[in-house]
Amino acid sequence: MSNGIFVSGDEAVALAVRQARPQVIAAYPITPQTIVVERLADYVEDGSLNSRYIYVESEHSAMCACLGACVMGARAFTATSSQGLLYMVEGLHYASGCRFPIVMMNANRSIAAPWNIYGDQRDSLSVLDCGWIQFYVENAQEAYDTMLQAYRVAETPDVMLPVMVNLDGFVLTHTYELVNTISQEEIDAYIPYRDYEYRLRMDGIRSTCVTAGPLYNMEFRYQQHQAMLRAAEVIGEVDRDFGARFGRSYGGLTEAYRCEDAEAVLVTLGSVAGTARCVVDAYRAKGKKVGLLKLRCMRPFPGAQVAEILGQTKSVGVLEKNISFGYEGTVYTNVCSALETAGVKLSAASYVGGLGGRSISKEDIGVIYDELLSGNQKRGEVEFVNLRRDICGA
Amino acid sequence: MALNARTVTNKELFYGHKGCPGCGGAIAVRLAMKVLGERAIVCMPPSCMSTVAYIFPHMPMYVNSTIPPFAGTAAMMSGLLAGAQAMGLEDYYIVGIAGDGGTADIGIQALSGMIDRNDRAIFICYDNEAYMNTGVQKSGLTPRNMKTTNTPSGSNFHGNQSSKKRMFEIVAAHGIPYAATASVGYPEDYLAKVEKAKQCEGTSFIHVLSPCPTGWGTDTDVTVEIGKEAVDCGLWFLAEFENGRYRLNRDPGEFTSVENYLKRQSRFSNVDGKDLERIISERDAFWERARSTWDK
Repeated sequence: MSNGIFVSGDEAVALAVRQARPQVIAAYPITPQTIVVERLADYVEDGSLNSRYIYVESEHSAMCACLGACVMGARAFTATSSQGLLYMVEGLHYASGCRFPIVMMNANRSIAAPWNIYGDQRDSLSVLDCGWIQFYVENAQEAYDTMLQAYRVAETPDVMLPVMVNLDGFVLTHTYELVNTISQEEIDAYIPYRDYEYRLRMDGIRSTCVTAGPLYNMEFRYQQHQAMLRAAEVIGEVDRDFGARFGRSYGGLTEAYRCEDAEAVLVTLGSVAGTARCVVDAYRAKGKKVGLLKLRCMRPFPGAQVAEILGQTKSVGVLEKNISFGYEGTVYTNVCSALETAGVKLSAASYVGGLGGRSISKEDIGVIYDELLSGNQKRGEVEFVNLRRDICGA
Repeated sequence: MALNARTVTNKELFYGHKGCPGCGGAIAVRLAMKVLGERAIVCMPPSCMSTVAYIFPHMPMYVNSTIPPFAGTAAMMSGLLAGAQAMGLEDYYIVGIAGDGGTADIGIQALSGMIDRNDRAIFICYDNEAYMNTGVQKSGLTPRNMKTTNTPSGSNFHGNQSSKKRMFEIVAAHGIPYAATASVGYPEDYLAKVEKAKQCEGTSFIHVLSPCPTGWGTDTDVTVEIGKEAVDCGLWFLAEFENGRYRLNRDPGEFTSVENYLKRQSRFSNVDGKDLERIISERDAFWERARSTWDK
């Protein structure tokens, strides 16, 4: 491709957001934040982005300001990470409950305490039930493309839900890759401003965020759930359309990589999918039948696809940078639930790794595949990948 | 033309609500809406007023409005303003209406941010001196010795052990273009201040004392009278901050009796002589400062 530029994941996101032309950007620069919002400030300053940039005093306020912008029908963007995401959680529920198509980039980073600035996915997975569509991307190119798809999905009239695009902190946000960009004309045609019916218009009296008591509340929630289910279809359509227009697509909600005839499949999400892809190729070259199932979305969860793909294999492991203390990895829980719902009798293994930025190497993934192929994987208990047993009494 | 009972519009924009009889907050909102009019876009966080105004399908606020998260009123106002600008709207007023807790406690960070940005918006704090919507709990604007459900009055403590935050001065210290205090007991003064805020090019703030019969323990037909007496006895004040200067709008000279003011409200039933002495000394310290340094 001729349009390749060498940028960090952050810069790829900022470029996509500039081209998406949000009318309002509200962002807090810390707790922590990435340079995405600094680049966007540069674009506003140099005139390449015509957007109202609100310098808010916290992430909570960032989300509140985005809510306000959406009440009026403006396209909004914010970004955050880790503690900042947790601080705005209240607003996340307002956004989804109000059905506002806010798009947010989140850099997946560890949560205090203990303090740690590096990557894991405990921030976004802990807000899985906030009613936001959650994407996890594998590389900077997918980050760029997914930001654009995100607006398209969020603003689809029968979806109207906020979208969070997650990039692994540092591994994606701070590393540089070649990214192919799309022309502004093509993006303008792809995601033109889309008015929505129930914004405030001043030609009558409208109210958003009403109080809905027991007589109405469940109906609001039912509609939210239905919208999320429709989003599952829409995400697939949007991704296919994106592929037809721009030559790149990602499988919609999931991508199965060399899963046909695989005896062992590793399910994972985010940048580690890229590492696993290399291991799959190496193992396949040695004649070992392994595959990778990348989850691109955690909400809506692609349960049917997961069960269909995993139902054809013998051994499954789920690798995630997250744990729900006292049970197991949240991604693992979702995968097992999908298998159970589909009646697939398969015992999957839970692998938790990469917490607080610990590297997950090709060798680590190789060990997991070896266990899965040998049938020696632990079942019913969480396996901590690369745990330093000598210092934690394990 | 000065706004008063004769000149203010008969059009009602906040009526049919479920506020308690004699609610001072409802008076404050009703009067403000008369001045602000139908082009107001109201942002009202969880509070008595949003509770009585927005329970679907009963919607007695007759302008466009929304409920922000409790802590985020002013931030959402900034978003509404930016959104309105982006959509090319003309002739509108972004109005926040929050209670004392939604202003001085959980809402203070966002309010500070909006004033810092100097976004053109009007923030009205209707102050009924406690979290009344949830059954009377202490806020940062609860006066000393007031009995609330979480600052009980017994043999060890007589109600709230701190005095009201100086919210008006906190706001003024930001260098806000326009800030004022008011009371529903002095409606003409209040109407004029809302009108001034409406004309203000940047952020404006009005702190209006709004007696609450339910939480204050008063009859329902004395709300305006109590609001007036609070000013006359010197425990509340009418002032403005404009062009970087404070101005006292009303100096009672000789104060009416603080003791009488407290006695007619059951929330102060446990105030003893020592408490009264301290309340009066804090009042006097304020007036000494205001009279000596503020314009008149």
